[in-house]
Amino acid sequence: MSILIQVAYLISSILFVLGIKKLGKTKSAREGNVYSAVGMLIAIAATLYTVNILSFVEIFICILIGGAIGLYVSKKVEMTKIPEMVALFNGFGGLASFAVALSDYFFKTQAVNTYPDSVNSISIIVSVLIGGVTFTGSMIAFLKLDGKVSGSPITFKGQHLLNLILLIAFGVAGTLTFMNPGDPTFMIALIVISLLLGILTVIPIGGADMPVVISLLNSYSGMAACATGFILNNNVLIVAGSLVGASGIILTQIMCKAMNRSLTNVLLGGFGQAVSGPAADGPQIVVKEIGVEETAMLFDSASSVIVVPGYGMAVAQAQHVIRELMEQCEKRNIEFKFAIHPVAGRMPGHMNVLLAEANISYDKLIEMESINDEFPNTDLVLIVGANDVVNPAARNNPQSPIYGMPILNADKARTVIVCKRSMGKGYAGVENELFGYPNCLMLFGDAKQTITKVVSEMKEM
Amino acid sequence: MSSEALIILIYILVLASFLGFELISKVPPTLHTPLMSGSNAISGITIVGALLACNEMGYTTISKWLGMIALILATINVVGGYAVTDRMLKMFKKK
Repeated sequence: MSILIQVAYLISSILFVLGIKKLGKTKSAREGNVYSAVGMLIAIAATLYTVNILSFVEIFICILIGGAIGLYVSKKVEMTKIPEMVALFNGFGGLASFAVALSDYFFKTQAVNTYPDSVNSISIIVSVLIGGVTFTGSMIAFLKLDGKVSGSPITFKGQHLLNLILLIAFGVAGTLTFMNPGDPTFMIALIVISLLLGILTVIPIGGADMPVVISLLNSYSGMAACATGFILNNNVLIVAGSLVGASGIILTQIMCKAMNRSLTNVLLGGFGQAVSGPAADGPQIVVKEIGVEETAMLFDSASSVIVVPGYGMAVAQAQHVIRELMEQCEKRNIEFKFAIHPVAGRMPGHMNVLLAEANISYDKLIEMESINDEFPNTDLVLIVGANDVVNPAARNNPQSPIYGMPILNADKARTVIVCKRSMGKGYAGVENELFGYPNCLMLFGDAKQTITKVVSEMKEM
Repeated sequence: MSSEALIILIYILVLASFLGFELISKVPPTLHTPLMSGSNAISGITIVGALLACNEMGYTTISKWLGMIALILATINVVGGYAVTDRMLKMFKKK
């Protein structure tokens, strides 16, 4: 490979690094994204330079199809659906690496009859495993997020044993492929096993654990690209793949910490299923309801308000009407902030994007550690579609399955209004004792509709 | 691949991973969603592998088809990932 192309790859690697560095600050983030995109363009241009002119037509057609689909999706996707899109794209990344690895394998074994050397074989096997798992795992995550498959954990007896057997089978088939690279039978076995493993590892994981799963699959898609870099002896693939791999792992850690659970615990799945027994025996919670007019009056007389958004806000698409509520409050000089729990929503940072879409300034969104001390001095907290992240049981009930999870201390505010569709339990399947607190009022109904009514009441005041 | 070549690749892998950990732990939670869609786009770097697969590796039919599938998918990731990240970041405003 000529030195010119190597230099081009070096420049793209530098641009990727600089791009991520700039993405660390809200002001320069957009510029960082452009840096990274330019890096990608340089890598593509340098690679095209080495390509045989005869294959240009196919390449052009593929890029045109992929580009059109990518552009269409990016323009059309709703901000509430970003987790679905990221899951889908993780899967595409995994499948692409998977396909490149297999393409290389079949080329070497069938076309030129030179067996891949040992480094090459191992890289191909690893790439098939990670790529395959990323692909089917992401598809299941996508279907769960999109509601096409039930979001609740799907478990069956011997599930973990089956996964273990498959993993061992993969090891055996991998060794056999390594020893007889020319025989595609074992390679086909590897393909089937890796695709199965992806499905089986994600189905037992519940919908609200998806932030962890998506982050992890994000990391896998980077690692798959990395493995492909080893197959092709290509530095830029390794650099970019490692950056993505590291990013996914860090996000996975942050999400696990915010739920006070280990990664193993999340991956083994089934969380929130078996806890219904003892929890149901607990004392019945008596709640107090509040109507739209009274809610409007409470807002009118408050001097400080904190909104705690959760996944329910995204489902109800209530972010825009919450901005209107904010405008009404700011007109009355009421201090208005948002408290963002790290696992609110279905992916890291989901709430921030939704509220940014609703044109809410990002300095109003406060992280959990910074805002938790402010709740005792707050007049009114409005909880929209969040549940477990404000359940005081996490602080004071060692029996609760969510005990120890860091939560937003919303219960410490003077008055708490919970906007909720019904008395359904949170994802963890536990009663939220906050609802029975003397300072807690329930505002039942669809978040968007009820808050719209509250806003129109306030306008008339 | 010679062991010298392999060790250099492993060097790159290890150092780039450490760099990635350092850089990404500084990204604030507000930007985690754009970070993820942006890394979707970066993981589309497989496009480089796909281009090579469409070309010199691709003389047998199956290799070529696989390369073309990979190329379409990686392009979706690259174009879609960067475009949607830009769309999101455009919305992050301070008033």
